[in-house]
Amino acid sequence: MCDSCGCSRPENSVTITRPGEAGPGPDVADHHHSHQSYQAHGRVVEVREAVLGKNDGIAAHNRDFFRKQRIVALNLVSSPGSGKTTILERTIRELRSDIPMAVIEGDQQTMLDAERIDATGVDVVQVNTGAGCHLDADMVHQALHRMEPAENSLLFIENVGNLVCPAMFDLGEAAKVVIISVTEGEDKPLKYPAMFDAAGLCLINKIDLLPHVDFDVARCREYALRVNHRLEFFEISARTGEGMSGWLAWLRSQI
Amino acid sequence: MNIVELVSTKAREAGGKRVTSVELEAGKLSGVMIEALVFCFEAAARNTPAEGAELLVRELDGRGSCRGCGHVFALDSLLAQCPQCGGYAVETLQGKELKVVSLIVDE
Repeated sequence: MCDSCGCSRPENSVTITRPGEAGPGPDVADHHHSHQSYQAHGRVVEVREAVLGKNDGIAAHNRDFFRKQRIVALNLVSSPGSGKTTILERTIRELRSDIPMAVIEGDQQTMLDAERIDATGVDVVQVNTGAGCHLDADMVHQALHRMEPAENSLLFIENVGNLVCPAMFDLGEAAKVVIISVTEGEDKPLKYPAMFDAAGLCLINKIDLLPHVDFDVARCREYALRVNHRLEFFEISARTGEGMSGWLAWLRSQI
Repeated sequence: MNIVELVSTKAREAGGKRVTSVELEAGKLSGVMIEALVFCFEAAARNTPAEGAELLVRELDGRGSCRGCGHVFALDSLLAQCPQCGGYAVETLQGKELKVVSLIVDE
């Protein structure tokens, strides 16, 4: 369940763990709703503050840290199963001799993705959001305290697989990279425009499967550009390596 | 969650014990479903100074300007097409806001 309403997120339900450390235990949440209603009366207090102002403040703090350390942080967002972790594994193997890299992994549960990244040899921290459907700036801030990303490096933040909520939460990243795989529908940008609107770059993954599916790449690009006319694209297959050179060159150019 | 936290902090700062009403501004392009927000607020406010507070949400219209012809028009989605030239390259000027405007607190 989503934690947006707050009723399913007990204190400390978010855990931040490095591979090899004791993992998070099961979490149990009480769920009660109260339906009392009162008449409004009393003193008016002016607020005029953005609801996500606190998150945005921490994101600005993260961004400041990244700027001082010359770290390029990229927030990878997509539906579950689009291939984010596989893209990271391949990217890290291709670039690790040239560029220092680190990864923050976000999932509701398990260390599985962190273990895959750990096997590539780069520094990785797993954030388990419990019931949460997205990473927020404070989770990234806490994760940064558990790692030492190098100067002039790339930091990949793999968000929880979800094309909705992560669009609203700034983590302090340089850009959001939205990933869509050709086993999904090419109309995803129209169905989930907020995410494509928030992204700077779009990876179309699993293009090795194009002969077997009905996915229309040109139409997908057109739909995504309707939502966000600034979006750049790379068509890749993290499995075969096809098209990866453009994405890797783009990453090199960011450092 | 974020609303309840912000509201509780502001109420405490103002010396209020209990919040009876919260006025919110939500842009039509903010991605917020007002019905869901009202439902969740009630649950999230439990055991906080905002418990039982009434949530008043004012919806803000979206506005965008066309990059092609400069026309400014009302937006009701991120997928808007310019009614003048048919272009899709539209800059959002207003409508993504989500803001707590004011509270009413009991001493």
